[in-house]
Amino acid sequence: MLDFKLPSLGSDMDEGTLLEWKVKPGDPVKKGQVVAVVDTSKAAVDVEIWSPGRVHELLVEIGEKIPVGTVLMTVLEPGETAPPPAERKAVPAAGRRRISPAARKHAESLSVDVEKLAGSGPGGAVTLADVDRAAAARPAEKPPAAAIRQAEMRRAIAAAMGRSKREIPHYYLSETVPMARAQDWLTQANAGRPLSARLLMAAVQLKAVAAALKKYPEMNGFFRDGAFQPAAAAHIGVAISLRQGGLIAPAIHDVGDKTLDEVMGDLADLVKRVRSGSLKSSEMSDPTITVTNLGDQGVEAVYGVIYPPQVALVGFGRIAPRPWADNGALAVMPTVTASLAADHRVSDGHRGALFLAKLRECLQAPENL
Amino acid sequence: MRTSYREALRQALHEALSDDPRVFLMGEDVGRYGGAYAVSKGFYDEFGPERIRDTPLSELGFVGAGIGAALGGMRPIVEVMTVNFSLLALDQIVNAAAVLRHMSGGQFSVPLVIRMATGAGRQLAAQHSHSLENWYAHIPGIRVLAPATVGDARGMLAPALADPDPVVIFEHAQLYNLEGELPADWRCGIRRAAVRRPGSQVTVVTYGGCLPKAMAAAERLAAEGIEAEVIDLRVLRPLDMETVMDSVRKTHRVLVVDEGWKSGSLAGEILARIAEDGFYDLDAPPRRLCSVEVPTPYARHLEEAALPQAEQIAAAVREMLNA
Repeated sequence: MLDFKLPSLGSDMDEGTLLEWKVKPGDPVKKGQVVAVVDTSKAAVDVEIWSPGRVHELLVEIGEKIPVGTVLMTVLEPGETAPPPAERKAVPAAGRRRISPAARKHAESLSVDVEKLAGSGPGGAVTLADVDRAAAARPAEKPPAAAIRQAEMRRAIAAAMGRSKREIPHYYLSETVPMARAQDWLTQANAGRPLSARLLMAAVQLKAVAAALKKYPEMNGFFRDGAFQPAAAAHIGVAISLRQGGLIAPAIHDVGDKTLDEVMGDLADLVKRVRSGSLKSSEMSDPTITVTNLGDQGVEAVYGVIYPPQVALVGFGRIAPRPWADNGALAVMPTVTASLAADHRVSDGHRGALFLAKLRECLQAPENL
Repeated sequence: MRTSYREALRQALHEALSDDPRVFLMGEDVGRYGGAYAVSKGFYDEFGPERIRDTPLSELGFVGAGIGAALGGMRPIVEVMTVNFSLLALDQIVNAAAVLRHMSGGQFSVPLVIRMATGAGRQLAAQHSHSLENWYAHIPGIRVLAPATVGDARGMLAPALADPDPVVIFEHAQLYNLEGELPADWRCGIRRAAVRRPGSQVTVVTYGGCLPKAMAAAERLAAEGIEAEVIDLRVLRPLDMETVMDSVRKTHRVLVVDEGWKSGSLAGEILARIAEDGFYDLDAPPRRLCSVEVPTPYARHLEEAALPQAEQIAAAVREMLNA
């Protein structure tokens, strides 16, 4: 029997609150299946399981705040049968939750989600008083709830970035990259496509980063326990700013092995889900490098702070026509400033420079990405 | 004025006998002996043997005679010593008094009042300690009253006599010595239940001999900060569910205290009606506290253990509130 524990959904996460179970005892689970939703200080995250089996017992109740590493449930491995009941721990009485009829009706009229309330009545039943408390807490909490979440996110960012600047000796490099070829190629590639299937430069840039990482793997991975652990695949964290403030950088998996179209699809999907707050646990914990792209609204260049335990962050500024010396003459060229913030414990400026040069080169041949 | 339940009953009977020549009292030992519970003490001398009639030990016979007198225009008050003896007269009450208006197409009415003592708590053992009010509350065609206060003991007889149909009045044996304040205006109706103590957190519905226990429990609970509303049903048939439901809609919790046995009890009927009409108002499972389902014991400590008591009422309320 396997213990399924609450994974760390980012280096800044110590605990989470269980919002929802997506499985119940007896359900078969397969690799990658979402089994629960956990609220971190940053977002509600879908937690995935990585071993197939059958759910045996759920050990955490909805609404409980639990530290990372807590056993959330036990899972029977394929072929394994449930242990005899004598060995089992006491299971809370199965069946419908105890919610008084009056509480249920009252909750409905107040639009309170009665299933998420903790019960204070006999046998843990949810009572009118519980609903009233939840409703009373709500208006006072609604505008402040967003404020609290923002404050929590601010704290999470502060903790991660503070740790980064304390622990990681950053070095910074930048390179101006001509983008005429990439833009022309993109215009051509998009010419025959419907609006919904058009590619964005951001996806092209991600593919270029993944291609450069293949040659310079010391930018891709984690620095843990005093040593660099290179990552086999490029799971690129994409920094996405949130409307209500703060940012989050979930991963697009295996960017190197995906086609440009796939990366584009993943990017669009990810942005949509970040806004709706439904991210998967693997997306939160897996990024091996982060790319921050200021886009059209941004400034010329960005020198980022590495998200620990990653070892590098690539930044792209705004693509804009700028003066460009070409064959001894001054011309106008669309350019972008690509920057690298890297961990000096893992790589040196020389290798970082080669990485940026490779990135520039990759962006000159977008058709090969 | 402070008076006893027994004295209040006596005054009510005295008034009825004095005011209406059609009224007479009939039953075992009501005359020369003054009544098994001494309610009619002195009446025999005052009103004479024609109106205070001692009967043979035949409930079937004298209850039937009472029905006949009522049909003939009199206003008889028949005293059956205790509810267990009334079982001998069930055929007259259930199969004659209760149905004659219906079977005569409204031509006959039976303006009969039957009084009887009920309930345990006086060490009268298994044969004289029943609480069978619900047997009568089951029968259409009769009205069933349970005066539980000095005021109701004084006030209920007059409207019962004025009712053109049979009325059965249950006097709980433990209440005769109860002392209380007789309200200046003790006149009352026989249709509505009464809120004896207002409260906001739980409704305790009871009647008869359990009312003082429920009031004592509410007092104790109030000291703990729990506000229980106590409802005295007063009228066991037809039930005034409006008063009960108004209270349940306010408190959302209900405990029915009934000295009857739980199986087939009046408490069961009340809970069923609350569940039917007030399901969505309930914030806790409705509960009953009834007598232990054994023949009532003779030994005092066992008898006390078999009956609902104030501490059990308070404990049940605490459980319902998770307090």
